[in-house]
Amino acid sequence: MKYFPQIIFLALLLIASSFIFKSIRRIRRNILLGHREDRSDNTGKRLKTMLLVALGQKKMFKKPLPALLHLFVYLGFIIVNIEILEIVLDGLFGTHRLFVPVTGNFYPFLINVFEFFAVSVIITCAIFLIRRNILKVKRFHAQEMTSWPRLDANIILSIEIFLMLCFLSMNAADYVLQTRGAEHYISTGSFFFSGLLINLFQGFNDKQLVFIERFCWWSHIIGVFAFANYVFYNSKHLHIFISFPNTFFSKLEPAGKFTNMPEVTKEVKLMLNLPVEGPTDSNAPIGRFGAKDVTDLTWKNLMEAYSCTECGRCTAQCPANITGKKLSPRKIMMDTRDRVEEVGQNLDKHGKDFNDNKALLGDYITVEEIMACTTCNACVEACPVNIDPLNIILQLRRYKIMEESQAPASWNMMFSNIENNFAPWKFSPADRFKWIEKLNQ
Amino acid sequence: MTYQAPTLADLTAQGKQPEVLFWVGCAGSFDERAKSITVAFIKILNKLNINFAVLGPEEACSGEPAKRAGNEFLFQMQAISNIQILNGYQIKKIVTACPHCFNTIKNEYPELGGYYEVIHHSVFLQQLIDEGKIKMREGGEFKGKKITYHDSCYLGRANNIYEAPRKVLEVLDAQLVEMKRCRTTGLCCGAGGAQMFKEPEPGSKDINVERTEEALSTEAKVIASACPFCMTMLSDGVKNKEKENEVKVYDLAELIAKNEGL
Ligand code: SF4
Ligand code: SF4
Repeated sequence: MKYFPQIIFLALLLIASSFIFKSIRRIRRNILLGHREDRSDNTGKRLKTMLLVALGQKKMFKKPLPALLHLFVYLGFIIVNIEILEIVLDGLFGTHRLFVPVTGNFYPFLINVFEFFAVSVIITCAIFLIRRNILKVKRFHAQEMTSWPRLDANIILSIEIFLMLCFLSMNAADYVLQTRGAEHYISTGSFFFSGLLINLFQGFNDKQLVFIERFCWWSHIIGVFAFANYVFYNSKHLHIFISFPNTFFSKLEPAGKFTNMPEVTKEVKLMLNLPVEGPTDSNAPIGRFGAKDVTDLTWKNLMEAYSCTECGRCTAQCPANITGKKLSPRKIMMDTRDRVEEVGQNLDKHGKDFNDNKALLGDYITVEEIMACTTCNACVEACPVNIDPLNIILQLRRYKIMEESQAPASWNMMFSNIENNFAPWKFSPADRFKWIEKLNQ
Repeated sequence: MTYQAPTLADLTAQGKQPEVLFWVGCAGSFDERAKSITVAFIKILNKLNINFAVLGPEEACSGEPAKRAGNEFLFQMQAISNIQILNGYQIKKIVTACPHCFNTIKNEYPELGGYYEVIHHSVFLQQLIDEGKIKMREGGEFKGKKITYHDSCYLGRANNIYEAPRKVLEVLDAQLVEMKRCRTTGLCCGAGGAQMFKEPEPGSKDINVERTEEALSTEAKVIASACPFCMTMLSDGVKNKEKENEVKVYDLAELIAKNEGL
């Protein structure tokens, strides 16, 4: 029976890892449902963008206070992960505080740092919960922030507080046991923050304390496994990981540059009797113009959907949204993610040829929303993880206009004016140079 | 002085090649208000003896509004036809007062075969100031007056041009007051993305009114813009607020031309 806890631990570790692995495979498969797009150039610049935006959280600091709080949780997350390493190794080898002999005097310093971050995570998450639920910061309560996205945020914040409380209680109980010379509990000295809790634990006998210490230890590590699974399963908190590749593959060109569709170039050149590069097989199947569903978008669009933190910074800056239009760039990203998850589930359940007769445009995003966009790039600029909702909006518009020919009447006028008069207004091209009359008036 | 605006066709017939093509754009050609921007800029070019030309009747829409609206076909038809004309004249350098034309020709034309050095007139004017060709004038019309600058999305966020227009305004010796939402967080005027050519979707307010209210709250008497579409939207906004007698919307080129007494 000596190895029983170790076996349980190993089993839990394997189960948790295999679920995470499965989730990662699912997300990867879903992202790759998107069209191909080459973003492998310019590695240096890409790395720099990733380091600045994802690791350095550069764009978060446009709002210094939330940025600072977020930084605490983020650093807490990274640093406490180092502690997790010791816990996992202890769990596997049946040891207790494996790093004490290795790190020697450095150990208490390390744990003190971990505890500092544990406390700051607790405080920060509490502030975040208050901001969301009591102060009701506006951007967390828009139409697309339905019950699930709100719950998602609250679940994660609560789990984090719970995990950190376990960690601190575990250390406090451990220290009390150390002072009583209990078996296994090697002396580490007290740590500052858990030291403040010691009095709470003095009243228990050794057996109870061992139980508390073990209970916290197991709750902590099982909580961590659960947290990791939850993050990968279906949570906006995936951004902790995916924002790294997502910022690495950021658009590096000027924000104002929209893609030119090469398939259109070919047709236009043929129409204008210009030489066309590459094969001109007119029988070659032409894909859909623009995007109707998530599978018409690029893998980068879909990766962005998985990276969205639902923070609403984009929507708070959107001129259409500010003036009461239905468009919300955050909703565009959340809808894209929900839809790609749905398409993925359909694939798993019904196989490749299944058609659920639903689409991103129509069933998730309405035409009214995409028509309200001024292509101002405010959302792109605001996004802390370099998401480009505008790119999706543009592709949806292309579908609506080019495949369904359903433009608002005034746009159709504009189109025909450009086509016939070479100006978006109904003026004769012969009058174009008339402005010269004003020059010497 | 009589001002000239030579066309490329004429210059070419005389065997001459301009240094820079002034791309006027549809708004600058047809819109009554924006024509004044065109005229002001041409006066500056004349005064500084810049060797320029315009396309005149040969100019056509850059295709920008069609592209933003999602009509990629129409955009590329326009773009590729324009590129044929521009390449035919062996154009190397283009200046334009329209940020939309600027963005499209600079960023979207190259892949279609149009490679030019494209500059927006705000940057062009700033270069002239840096070269000392346009100077600060003692006791100019705008000296000490409050001016606020409205960032055009297609200059600012789209192409990272935030400082050039502000540098240009410095020549006026005016007092530049910023709106709360400026530079990277500047609020759109509401015209971009082909919104200029349709009614807005239902909402609580028009975007241009929201922006104009912000501009008016700075108590500036002049709202400076650098885009003919922003000009329309903000002028309408000022009218909507019935402030057109006290507050004027001017383009950078108009302000410089006025300051130069042109
Ligand atoms: S680009 Fe479109 S969606 Fe994004 S902020 Fe501007 S209007 Fe809103
Ligand atoms: S797109 Fe970016 S800014 Fe908008 S909610 Fe998602 S993460 Fe936040």
